[in-house]
Amino acid sequence: MEVKDKAGIYIYSDKELDRAEGEAIEALKTHCQQPIPDPDRWLDEELHRNILLTSLDAVLDWARRSSLWPVICFPACCAFEFIATSASRFDLSRFGMEILRASPRQADLMITAGTLTWKMAPQVRRIYDQMAEPKWVIAMGACGISGGIFASSYNVVPGYNRIVPVDVYVPGCPPRPEALLYGIRMLHDKIAKRSLLQEGR
Amino acid sequence: MTVALSGREIASKLEQQFPGSIVESNENSLVVKSESLPELASLLKIAPDLDFDYLTAITAVDYYDYFEAVYQLTSIKHNHSLVVKTRCYGRDNPTLPSVVSLWRGADFQEREIYDLMGIRFDGHPNMKPIILWEGFQGHPLRKDYL
Amino acid sequence: MALKTEPFVLNIGPVHPSTHGVFRMRAILDGEVIVDMEPIFGYLHRGIEKLAEERTYTGVIPLTDRLDYLAAMSNNLAYVLAVEKLAGIPVPERAEYLRVIMAELQRIASHLIAVGAFLNDCGAFFTPFLYMFREREKIVDLFEMVSGQRLLYNYMRVGGLSQDIPNEFLPALDKFVRQMPGFIDEYDQLLAKNEILLARSKGVGILPRELAINISASGPVLRASGVKWDIRKVDPYSIYDRFEFDIPTGSAGDCYDRYRVRVEEMRQSLRIIKQAMGQLPPGEVKSQVPHLLHPPVGEAYGHIEAPKGELGFYLVSDNSIAPYRCHIRAPSLMNLTALREMMIGWKIADAIIIFGSIDITMGEVDR
Repeated sequence: MEVKDKAGIYIYSDKELDRAEGEAIEALKTHCQQPIPDPDRWLDEELHRNILLTSLDAVLDWARRSSLWPVICFPACCAFEFIATSASRFDLSRFGMEILRASPRQADLMITAGTLTWKMAPQVRRIYDQMAEPKWVIAMGACGISGGIFASSYNVVPGYNRIVPVDVYVPGCPPRPEALLYGIRMLHDKIAKRSLLQEGR
Repeated sequence: MTVALSGREIASKLEQQFPGSIVESNENSLVVKSESLPELASLLKIAPDLDFDYLTAITAVDYYDYFEAVYQLTSIKHNHSLVVKTRCYGRDNPTLPSVVSLWRGADFQEREIYDLMGIRFDGHPNMKPIILWEGFQGHPLRKDYL
Repeated sequence: MALKTEPFVLNIGPVHPSTHGVFRMRAILDGEVIVDMEPIFGYLHRGIEKLAEERTYTGVIPLTDRLDYLAAMSNNLAYVLAVEKLAGIPVPERAEYLRVIMAELQRIASHLIAVGAFLNDCGAFFTPFLYMFREREKIVDLFEMVSGQRLLYNYMRVGGLSQDIPNEFLPALDKFVRQMPGFIDEYDQLLAKNEILLARSKGVGILPRELAINISASGPVLRASGVKWDIRKVDPYSIYDRFEFDIPTGSAGDCYDRYRVRVEEMRQSLRIIKQAMGQLPPGEVKSQVPHLLHPPVGEAYGHIEAPKGELGFYLVSDNSIAPYRCHIRAPSLMNLTALREMMIGWKIADAIIIFGSIDITMGEVDR
């Protein structure tokens, strides 16, 4: 459908917008055939800590890992295990994470709960780009790690690490809430080893 | 219990009104020519003893020589059901008439069949891809894709 | 001097806290009133129908779980019913009773989330949602006893079930069935005459009766519009003709009626479970079926009343170990057909409620 304003100038044609979106998806698909390497600079930070900044680092890392705010990015079934984790039985709020921020500008953790398809990939990349540094990604479930049961399908991205760099992988289909909490604890340990001197990730 | 009407009886009734439109029929279903599908469908919907006002599903199957579209029809008033099939030959640009003007439930299903199988439906107001994006090469559900 | 206005295009989704999954709408607004709307989906299209052609008949069962992931037992049941119809395989009595118990428990679990998410959209921020999740955890515990999984069970097999229930299941189910009516009454007491809920949902998003039949709607959406059509009564599958239960219907077809139909259906499901528990016979739970199934050449359409509507599987077989074509008739896709008509003339806030009251799952719409 086409929409024109009172002066007759058109402001919206659905075919133009669909075509632009299709081109963006095809471009991303050809560009992202190799997985992005996992960020592992934190592994050698142990040796290079500047002695003047250790207590400042400790305080900042404690503050960052105790109140990670996840962004809402819930394509599929793992979303309901994430919601069950934040419900009253397995409580996520004891880790400071009960606030699910709809706006990526206010979030620092992206838990990818569901299968990623090529049609959705540009949107996920855009959400990731809009998050402010420092940010982390947990790939939840088999679909997040490698495409899972749908890996050979024509529309499924084989793993989120084609699109965003992933810090922690949590296996399961869907992972139990206890498994997700274990993955979040692993991320806390990773953040505890971060240093202020570390630029980017 | 929903009674599944016999394809042969309905075929003989329809043959009286529209001679030459039935290709074959058996106990479970009947196959009609694609050109006469709109008239037959509107007769099936309007005739008071048939009264098929609920379109349950449309499926498209790829047999290598032809594509077959299967329509599952149900009547809420009389509680009976019928399976109507139609075929279209050729793989390059197969077309079938659309039944959207009779049953609006066919809207999204026909768009999906166009997207995934490549069969165009004449008379559909909004024939564009619904599941895959504009610019996707090929039709995935065909047997010769990948 | 007239105020100069022009139409404004707002893109709602695919990442949005109130859309139930990745659903996108392009709404053309005049002020805050919607004048036109276009739904876009396909963001979760995983190609399940194509993948099903490469797997054996038993290997498709885990794929069917992931269709409507909130009601996995019902999806399994629809698929194995279609295969049993195609190949003519009988099912033992005990398996039939257990299938009915699982399907009705699954209906309660799915309606709990539907009602909770609808109230979430209405503005009760998370309180009813967390209350519903408390009950759902009890049901999920029962399913975990039986199949080992919390969300996607893979429990039904062609010819019966994969394994029998353990000894602790029936006492736990008995305890649940005794406690649940009290909880539903508690929610009704808090919500049924709540002014805010009535003001926000009565008369909003009306789906007239003729339009509901014409768009092939099914499930609570069709019944709230006044059509008494439930597959369990009009075309009984499995052993549903042995149980007594009512079909709640609405009259107005607005969001409030859809909400009430779901709450009443939960009560009727508890009734069915009580009757099935009392009549459960001993015996085996799976009939003798070869590991690699070769059904005869032909086709079959098997359908059930899933929590969201009529879920059907159309299977074509050519006597090999994999289905030649497996088509899924998804209820959520059909129910979405009239979304544009239901939303035009309402504001954006009402649009979110109308969309939430239809209760869709994107895994089913996109397959």
